[in-house]
Amino acid sequence: MAPGELAAILPAALLAAWACALLIVDLFVPVGRRGITAGLTAVAIVMAMAALGLQAGGQTALPGSMVVADGTGAFFQIILLLGGLFGVALAFDYIRRTDIERGEYYILLLFSLSGMLLLAIASDLVMVFLGLELLSIPLYVLAGFALPKADSEEAALKYFLLGAFSSSFIVFGIALTYGATGTTQLYAVAQQALTGQANLPLLVVGAFMVLVSLAFKVAVVPFHMWTPDVYQGAPTSVVAFMAVGSKVAGFAVLLRVLTAAFPAVSPYWSQVAVWISAVTMIWGNVAAVGQANLKRMLAYSAIAHAGYVFMAVSAAAVPGLTSQAYSAALFYLLAYSLTSLGAWGVVVAVERSQGGGTDVEDFAGLGSRRPLLAAAMTVFMLSLTGVPPTFGFVAKFVLFQTALEADLVGLALIGVLTTLVSAYYYLRVVVNMYMRTGLPEVRAERWLNLTIGAMAIAVIVLGLLPQPMLQVAYRAGLASFAP
Amino acid sequence: MQSSFPILTLVTFTPLVGAAIVLLLPRERLNLIRWFALAVSLVTFGLSLVMLGMFDPSNPDLQLVERVTWIQVGSWTIDYHLGVDGLSVLLVLLTTLLVPISILSTWTAVEERVKDFMAFFLLLAMGMLGVFLALDLFLFYVFWEFTLVPMYFLIGIWGGTRRMYAAIKFFLYTMAGSILMLLAIIWLGLQAGTFSLPELIARGSIPAAMQFWLFLAFAAAFAIKVPMWPLHSWLPDAHVEAPTAGSVILAGVLLKMGTYGFVRFNLPLFPQASLQLAPWIGALAVIGILYGAAVSYAQRDVKKLVAYSSVSHLGFVMLGLFALNPQGIAGGILQMVNHGISTGALFLLVGMIYERRHTREMDAFGGLWKVMPIYGALTLIVALSSMGLPGLNGFVGEFTILLGAFGSQALGSPWFAGLAALGVILAAVYILFMFEKLFLGPLDKDENKRLADINWREIAVLVPLVILIFWIGLYPSPFFGLMESSVDKLAATFAATAVAVR
Repeated sequence: MAPGELAAILPAALLAAWACALLIVDLFVPVGRRGITAGLTAVAIVMAMAALGLQAGGQTALPGSMVVADGTGAFFQIILLLGGLFGVALAFDYIRRTDIERGEYYILLLFSLSGMLLLAIASDLVMVFLGLELLSIPLYVLAGFALPKADSEEAALKYFLLGAFSSSFIVFGIALTYGATGTTQLYAVAQQALTGQANLPLLVVGAFMVLVSLAFKVAVVPFHMWTPDVYQGAPTSVVAFMAVGSKVAGFAVLLRVLTAAFPAVSPYWSQVAVWISAVTMIWGNVAAVGQANLKRMLAYSAIAHAGYVFMAVSAAAVPGLTSQAYSAALFYLLAYSLTSLGAWGVVVAVERSQGGGTDVEDFAGLGSRRPLLAAAMTVFMLSLTGVPPTFGFVAKFVLFQTALEADLVGLALIGVLTTLVSAYYYLRVVVNMYMRTGLPEVRAERWLNLTIGAMAIAVIVLGLLPQPMLQVAYRAGLASFAP
Repeated sequence: MQSSFPILTLVTFTPLVGAAIVLLLPRERLNLIRWFALAVSLVTFGLSLVMLGMFDPSNPDLQLVERVTWIQVGSWTIDYHLGVDGLSVLLVLLTTLLVPISILSTWTAVEERVKDFMAFFLLLAMGMLGVFLALDLFLFYVFWEFTLVPMYFLIGIWGGTRRMYAAIKFFLYTMAGSILMLLAIIWLGLQAGTFSLPELIARGSIPAAMQFWLFLAFAAAFAIKVPMWPLHSWLPDAHVEAPTAGSVILAGVLLKMGTYGFVRFNLPLFPQASLQLAPWIGALAVIGILYGAAVSYAQRDVKKLVAYSSVSHLGFVMLGLFALNPQGIAGGILQMVNHGISTGALFLLVGMIYERRHTREMDAFGGLWKVMPIYGALTLIVALSSMGLPGLNGFVGEFTILLGAFGSQALGSPWFAGLAALGVILAAVYILFMFEKLFLGPLDKDENKRLADINWREIAVLVPLVILIFWIGLYPSPFFGLMESSVDKLAATFAATAVAVR
């Protein structure tokens, strides 16, 4: 194994190895002191961040390797690791008070996270599959962690069945791609197709199969059916992690596979991406309007946001715009991740230990009872809507800019109009918090408050001073490895 | 032309600093919070007077410019870019004047969550000042959209019974227009690589067909804000439900953001489209004048009447602006100020009587002059100013607008002015009708017999506005003088464009 390759997979490998070790260590952690496991998990994630920092910047081609070390991969990994870290912080108190505290929670989270990291750097379809399964299987278990609660079990089963179904699609797609080109290496696939040595019809079908499977992972219409049920039924702390990690990793690999392996058939998939984007933005936002349960509403909101990112996916097909589309997607996903982690944090705080407390109406009176928490939630809702001066606004701005530059005027129009629809349901949360009276039971805990506070501040600061982060995303987009 | 002393930044962000300090004050010390917020707004007003002192009216260009690179990525830059010229200077002063007046009016009207109220109010002030001073399209949009948030809370928390509905309607309606503008802003920025307004104007060269669509996208945002008929339906709800201070700012300043947007962006950026669309906008404006007046007459709720009268008055402003000649534009800008003063004062007066009687139905009143003579006298002055009596401010604005519209080549027909003049008469009808129902006739309701006349604080709130009503009415030339050179410069571009087109 080349040293560059080792450095590239070091963060992911470190997490996986640590998780294995933690399985044993956890046996010796006394019951009631699971904080130790949580702490060790956080240490692993921080170490993975450090390992990522050790990598030399810029793009490194790793010939014959299954991974790449490039700017986009690094950026995606940072988002994922942040999601994992705050996922642990949100879970710590939540799983204790809902009586599902087991050391395996954190270990499964680590395994899943290492799968996500692999997806961010995968440059071979086999590695993509490996990463996807490593991401998904622990998440199936986590979704059902609140056993014997029927909701949670239902969520796990649904997620598992549909997830397995979608996995079969990607396996089939990989097989077809291999049949068409004789390789699974992403850049080699592209090479074969561009030099006319590939069986194009077979490749097109293969690309579609892969696209469908990944579309399921990032939850876009019409492959989104599982999302509301799983988000509503699964433990909230799991959802917070999943909503960020699964989506970001899914987009990382989706962008990489489509632009690196299938540029030869880009006219086909870009058309599909445009339609997926349009339909997802419309349906995600419209369906969210009718939701009374906040977890369900946020699920549809997550679907809608995947639709917005798909705008960048469509733009990535335009020659010369690929790197800009990458940076727009990176930037948007960062904004989405920070905002949505914060919003899910607030949901965790307001949820009652014995269940319930997740309806929008349960937020009534939060404004006078917990002014800071309500203010943070307002910031998150405005950022998800895309109202200045929040991070979400700058992200939408950059995204629409990319769409217009790619001449996707119709898509951008649908984007802004559905943003208007989304304002309605996000504002409903704010209305409940400030303009109705009620007595919500609110949990206040150190790590939870820390997470929510950090996210709220980040969303505002990055909204006012987006320059450094935009610059990083821009460079990361430029440094996406292309053959 | 960089100015060394960042006076515009100070004017814009003093309220923000004030809002931050208000949040740190103890919640129970209501009077401390009120006095502090008032002091902050007065300091802002003072700073805006300093700005006026530094302002050179003979210079038609943007002055006191501050410009720092804010965001620079790839091929495009966004600047923190502020500046003031004759088109905006009066509106800045109007804003800084109305904010302390509104705050003073809340002394007894807002009793709950005073701290939050003042913080939102000062944030709103910052947003509005930013809108009038920003010269970068991105920065402008940030301020523009930001004003929605505090106003939404002001209506939603401290408003009347249907406040939630009104707040959401206000937010969604206004956002609907502005997101279309956002797309147009991005498009402009992509073409030019800059979001700086002066540079975009200097570049010109936007193809006429594209100008048309961009004009419409910007107009969508501004026309909803103005509001122009038929996009006005959010206005009565927002006004009626908003607390008094919110209504004053809404009518006095927020609506001007729409008309100001037309002057600042639509006219200079898209001159060909402006010429092309002037008759259409003029027609909508005239419909707005007549419709607003007719609907006002039908109201039985005083606040609703005043709200609809705004639709009518803002129709005059739009008609003046799209006359596209110096008189029309100058009259339009002056009328923005006049409307801010007169309608702001009317909302304050309505708020005062509402605080006493908790109703705004005209039928509940009558003969008030006998118990509240000072209140009656002040209301009479303001009402006469609103209907455009010569010698008071409304007349000067409306007369100049009609003059401009009558001779306008862009509108192309004297009928616009002729029909609009009808609106002046209708204004007299509905305003005198209201005055009669409230103040004249027998004092036959028991509840009204013990009403106390307005106190010193309330008089202090109204006096500055009444002084301005007389000042502009009797001696308007200092006000015209402030804007003259900038207006001439703007109007000259249309003369040039019109020649080029023909």
